[in-house]
Amino acid sequence: MSPTPLDSALHRFLRNLREIPEHFRASAVRGGLPSTDRTRSTFVFGNVFLHLHAVRAHRWSLRWSTTWGLGVTAIAAFLITLVTGVLLMLYYKPYPDVAYLSIKDIHFVVPTGRFIRNIHRWAANVMVVAVLLHMARTFYTAAYRAPREFNWLIGMALLVTTLGLSFTGYLLPWDQLAYWAITIGANIAAAPREVTDALGMTEFFDPGGLQKLLLLGSDQVGEEALIRFYLLHVMVLPLVLAGLAAVHFWRIRKDGGLVRPADADRRLGPPPPDTYPVFTEAPAKTYHLAAIVRGRTPAVGDGPEQTVPSMPHLFYAEAGVFMLTTLVCLALALVADAPLKELANSAVPENPAKAPWYFLGLQELVSYSAFMGGIGIPTIVMLSLGLIPYLDREEKGTGEWFGGPGGWPLTLQAIVVGFGAALLVEAVVIRFGWLREWFPAIPQLVITAVNPGTLLTAIYGGYSIWLVRRYDSTRAGALGLFTCFLCGFILLTVIGTYFRGPNWTFYWSPADWPVH
Amino acid sequence: MTVSPGPARSRLDPEPLPRRDFLGLASLGAALSALLFATLGMLRLPKAAVLSSPSKKFRVSLPDTLGEGVAYVPPGRSVALFRDGKGVHAVSTICTHLGCIVKPTAEGFECPCHGSRFAPDGSVVKGPAPRALAWVKVGGSGGNYVVDEDVRVPSGTKVTT
Repeated sequence: MSPTPLDSALHRFLRNLREIPEHFRASAVRGGLPSTDRTRSTFVFGNVFLHLHAVRAHRWSLRWSTTWGLGVTAIAAFLITLVTGVLLMLYYKPYPDVAYLSIKDIHFVVPTGRFIRNIHRWAANVMVVAVLLHMARTFYTAAYRAPREFNWLIGMALLVTTLGLSFTGYLLPWDQLAYWAITIGANIAAAPREVTDALGMTEFFDPGGLQKLLLLGSDQVGEEALIRFYLLHVMVLPLVLAGLAAVHFWRIRKDGGLVRPADADRRLGPPPPDTYPVFTEAPAKTYHLAAIVRGRTPAVGDGPEQTVPSMPHLFYAEAGVFMLTTLVCLALALVADAPLKELANSAVPENPAKAPWYFLGLQELVSYSAFMGGIGIPTIVMLSLGLIPYLDREEKGTGEWFGGPGGWPLTLQAIVVGFGAALLVEAVVIRFGWLREWFPAIPQLVITAVNPGTLLTAIYGGYSIWLVRRYDSTRAGALGLFTCFLCGFILLTVIGTYFRGPNWTFYWSPADWPVH
Repeated sequence: MTVSPGPARSRLDPEPLPRRDFLGLASLGAALSALLFATLGMLRLPKAAVLSSPSKKFRVSLPDTLGEGVAYVPPGRSVALFRDGKGVHAVSTICTHLGCIVKPTAEGFECPCHGSRFAPDGSVVKGPAPRALAWVKVGGSGGNYVVDEDVRVPSGTKVTT
């Protein structure tokens, strides 16, 4: 039997050809176009990127005051640096002196090069600020508590990676600022020598020297260091950050979404009257995978009526934050140029040689002791922060700003103590000097152990322990400690940024700097 | 080899370890230790065996007019040379704190980065520097000297002219 004309292979071919657009759309979007709540849900959990979100978001999560959008700001800034960074890589050449010239080319010759570089620089700064504020938000709403302890640690790893990205990017222009900031940074890596030298064991045990050698590939900042920093900056650290971020986001979902108070539903009141009920019948089924995984089941007793579909509600919020972040970066890039000083000169240090602003608090600390300021105290701070979710296993105040025993009054007191102690210690050192000026023959180990940085850390630690006893609560101690660390960081950063001049001497204003 | 689970154990619980195949565990352990050693071996690569920095040994002639206690820094070198009645010596100008280049002054040396001060003989007077500035090897005589910045000598070592 010969095929009828309308069903011939040629006709089928033509029909398929005609149907390509529709067929293509159907093949790409499995559940159909996201036009109803049901198809939107299918769309979200059928898409590898979108399914990092739950299909529905709690109304509490969508309040601005829950997160202030800080996490999304951080990842938005990262994406902006990613795009601008790839563009900059087209012209940047990681070789000493040539690197400097290529940055000059980017600034003066490459079409939009200056603007793109400025955006890159500003987005990096926005990212650091956003990550720090995001951490503070997570802490103050006690969002690190079970089951989110591990995600707090992932977040800390993301903070370190972010700072690492900024630090490695700082060297790439190969100007005076970069060269000396990285020389100082690399020697901080070698700072364990301060202790091993004092103990006379550097010859056979030299972890500091090894760290510096691995970082620089040489004994001074040169071509090897530049290629290593470039590799870390454009390849290793972005991949690490992307991997950690993926785990971070996935765990938010797996840990039950954003943190909210136990009585969030009551505080929110009834859902808006036009809300379409999630379950129109009593839920007969729960969603646990019977006999395969353990854990609580998502639906027990009633439908999640306080939730709204992630698409569009959550996505609109995220897109809004993303656009705002882009706007801020663009505006800053139009207003202020990324700095570029003279070509790096290994014989003449920049004076003062200042690291990027977020490291100036650390630089203030290393100006007392390289080992304690650059390695010891940061390690103590990171350990304290990492242990907080495992030590604070209380439940009061979860999901509330400054929640927990003490609350806002305690935080206010801790702000006063944090700033007060840091100001006092700094004032004493700036006015009267420190142990070496008083006792010239004092052994180095004593200065390493007892210096303004360690003293301040000890004050903060002691205050925190006092709070634990006073309020009979670990959370109270954590509130005090975190607030103190934050205040100390801010104060030291401000002093390092605005009040330190040539030879790292204290000046009230750069106008008082000596002419040199 | 299968053993029926005891009544106390739910079917959700993992099988107890002793029932695992010993050979399986042993080969897994072998694979992991091979991976570990391979990783350690690869970590040797980033640790440079030859340093790319330029030679630190150079020849220098001191200006005839160089006065006692006045530092002479050869261009591009991080070392300060002194000449006095007892001979010539060289002090490294790399700060022992964080590697900045110290500046010779009338009272000794001062570091621009974190304000360390050193006496003319290199010992620490003020600031965060943990050690005295290093004295480095000077050889030769007359007007010409060979300085090796990599070879440290005890403080006070001078070459007679």
